[in-house]
Amino acid sequence: MTYYLARRMLSFALTLFAVSIVVFAAMNVLPGDPALTILGLDATEDALAALREQLGLNAPLVTRYFLWVGHALTGDFGVSHSFGVPVSELIGERLPLTVSLALSGIVLTVVLALALGVGAAANHGKAGDWGVMFLSQIGIAIPAFWLSMLLVILFAVKLRWFPPGGFPGWGEPLDAMRSLVLPTVALALVQSAVLARVTRSSVLEVMRQDYVRTARATGFSHRRVLWLHVLPNALVPIVTIVGMQFAALVTGTIVIENVFYLPGLGRLIFQSISNRDLPTVQALVMLFAAIVVTANFVVDLVYVLIDPRLKSRA
Amino acid sequence: MTRLHGSFLTFAATLALGLGAGAGGALAASSIVIGLQQEPTNLDPTADATASIDGMLTQNVYESLTIVSESGEVLPALAESWTVSEDGLVYTFNLVQGAKYHDGTDFDSADVVFAFSRAMAEDSVNPSKSIFKPIDTVTAPDAHTVVITLTRKDAFFLFNMAQGDASIVAEESADGNNATPVGTGPFKFDGWTRGDRLTLVKNSDWRGAGDVALDKVEFRFISDAAAATAAMMSEELDAYPAFPAPELLPQFEADPRFKVEVGSTEGEVILAMNNSKPPFDNVEVRRAISYAINRDEIIDGAMYGQALPIGSFYPPHGPAYVDLTGLYPHDAEKAKAMFEEAGVAGTTMTLRVPPFPYATRSAEIIQAELADAGVDVKVENVEWGFWIDEIYKKKNYDMTIIAHTAPNDMGNFARGPGYFYGYDDATFTALWDEIQTEADPDKRNDLLKKGQEYLADQAVHGFLFQMPRLSVLKTGVDGFWASAPVLYQPLAGVSVN
Repeated sequence: MTYYLARRMLSFALTLFAVSIVVFAAMNVLPGDPALTILGLDATEDALAALREQLGLNAPLVTRYFLWVGHALTGDFGVSHSFGVPVSELIGERLPLTVSLALSGIVLTVVLALALGVGAAANHGKAGDWGVMFLSQIGIAIPAFWLSMLLVILFAVKLRWFPPGGFPGWGEPLDAMRSLVLPTVALALVQSAVLARVTRSSVLEVMRQDYVRTARATGFSHRRVLWLHVLPNALVPIVTIVGMQFAALVTGTIVIENVFYLPGLGRLIFQSISNRDLPTVQALVMLFAAIVVTANFVVDLVYVLIDPRLKSRA
Repeated sequence: MTRLHGSFLTFAATLALGLGAGAGGALAASSIVIGLQQEPTNLDPTADATASIDGMLTQNVYESLTIVSESGEVLPALAESWTVSEDGLVYTFNLVQGAKYHDGTDFDSADVVFAFSRAMAEDSVNPSKSIFKPIDTVTAPDAHTVVITLTRKDAFFLFNMAQGDASIVAEESADGNNATPVGTGPFKFDGWTRGDRLTLVKNSDWRGAGDVALDKVEFRFISDAAAATAAMMSEELDAYPAFPAPELLPQFEADPRFKVEVGSTEGEVILAMNNSKPPFDNVEVRRAISYAINRDEIIDGAMYGQALPIGSFYPPHGPAYVDLTGLYPHDAEKAKAMFEEAGVAGTTMTLRVPPFPYATRSAEIIQAELADAGVDVKVENVEWGFWIDEIYKKKNYDMTIIAHTAPNDMGNFARGPGYFYGYDDATFTALWDEIQTEADPDKRNDLLKKGQEYLADQAVHGFLFQMPRLSVLKTGVDGFWASAPVLYQPLAGVSVN
């Protein structure tokens, strides 16, 4: 297990190192000039030169890369070119919202998908099964931003149950939660459609195995067999997909936060790329990469928990 | 982009069908919530060109020596009066007395000297540093007088001094203005939740505070047009003064809870051509393109009819405007013959378009119109950062579509071959020098007319339309400018009933 963890940590570090080179190179070869973006089209040459000097854009690329990595290793991600405040402060302000959104999104995804997927499998070939399959097909086909707009029209503009967007801050917890309902639903519906289908086929496969028939034959109720004997053994593919979906949910917040104008990391990365705010984009991409790699790592650990046979292999 | 646009239309249709009910939410009479498309990343208008900094803060939190009215007239602000010497080179400003910055420090002539020295310094990052170029010296003979001496006459000097770039910032607070703006204006900065909102509160110490109706102003940053529509419809917002989507206006016009105002801006939308690159260095080719384009069709298709056509580079609401839209009446056959004569018929031109709806929609129509005249146009949609670098900086383009939003910007055509127009014309440069230094308004207007006629004759670009200002306001919100002669919107005169 220690060897396994060490190997995982090494691969974690190597992945982030590779990401750091890619994001740094990409942001620096991407056409665009941070100074011109900030000062606009009427800026004079000497004002642009003064700003480039201020932002440290005149040093050679390799020097800038190592300066950036060196500082990042000590936790210093530099100062945002466009905001003029430390990147860590920008991220700190916005992280809680995006994390809340991604977590509530994954919880709703899993709850919906397990209920629908197991329900469909239990009613295999009947109307309920077809209904779930049909709805999930639609769910997969709908783009999240379009679904968001429909939700806003119905629940914010017409019924006025929830605000159409914005976030009042955690200082007002009830309003804050209300404002996260529609974004969470928009994020989770599409993902749960995918997961429900996976759950259904995985449960169906396990239901065909001999021990299930044996369990049923010993007189356990249908429901008990389904949730206590079938589901735990069907979990491995489900957890794999959940891990991948968590990554999709975190990146999906970019679209959702823009549609619901929420002040989270997704909106920050969008704004920073348009502004060619190199330090902020670099730090955010590193953060997103770290979240995805960590999610995969957690999935691996969960495998061991749900399937003890994997422990010896690890 | 096309997909997003399609979804807006679906959204609009759904709204038009489904709505109209919804009771009006009550609102404290002294506060207002205003929607803005663009969030700035910096709150200092003397260090960042983002238009929404001026839209929120210039002449509200910050003040300048002068202020421009809705009709474009220059009025007193921190300078309560001024005199200009006979030769037009020495401006003596008498400053208001007793004004204070929001942090409690006093305003006097030393602040003016500081603000100008900072903007003109060698390491200045002022986005409009060029407006300070004619200034020779700035001195303060006493605490309430400032004397500015110019090296040459500048007809736009008082107008330029009314801009956010010329805000009078204080030495004590200037460095912190990027995040916590401090000025002398009618509203104090209250807070900024980045990515969400910015709030101002009334400054009761301001010299005209008695006439200011609003106690609190909240700006919300909503860039997506459909989201902005939903926010207005659900009455989260009281006003959206520069609404980005003309196609979504009819549902507001049909709803008694709202009013729509259509005004003008200083933004000329042009089909810019790279005059330094063949075949666009040939005036006949540029004229042929002018014949090929049909402004009415472009305005209907790209702006849903909500814009005025222009035949040169000057706004239709300006005092010196001449209507030159009839100079090259739309005639595809004539354009075709001219293209054949110039040897460009059947060739392919590239049109690189920035990611703004007015530009992407105009591009598709222009592409079809030039195809009718026998020229293939390849449309490339590019991202804004790419546009700035490849087109603006490196002049790596044939044609592009862009709105020039600055006032008095005909001087762009005198910026020489280095500017992205690639246009270098001694005749126009001499004319612009005359315009800039002509202090008499009537004579200056005559020269500006000449300038418009010359640029239209040379068909330097395809001149398309004047960008409209479309405002959606809740009924009872008064005092917003319908037209925008400058980038700011003074809120001292706005009220909510």
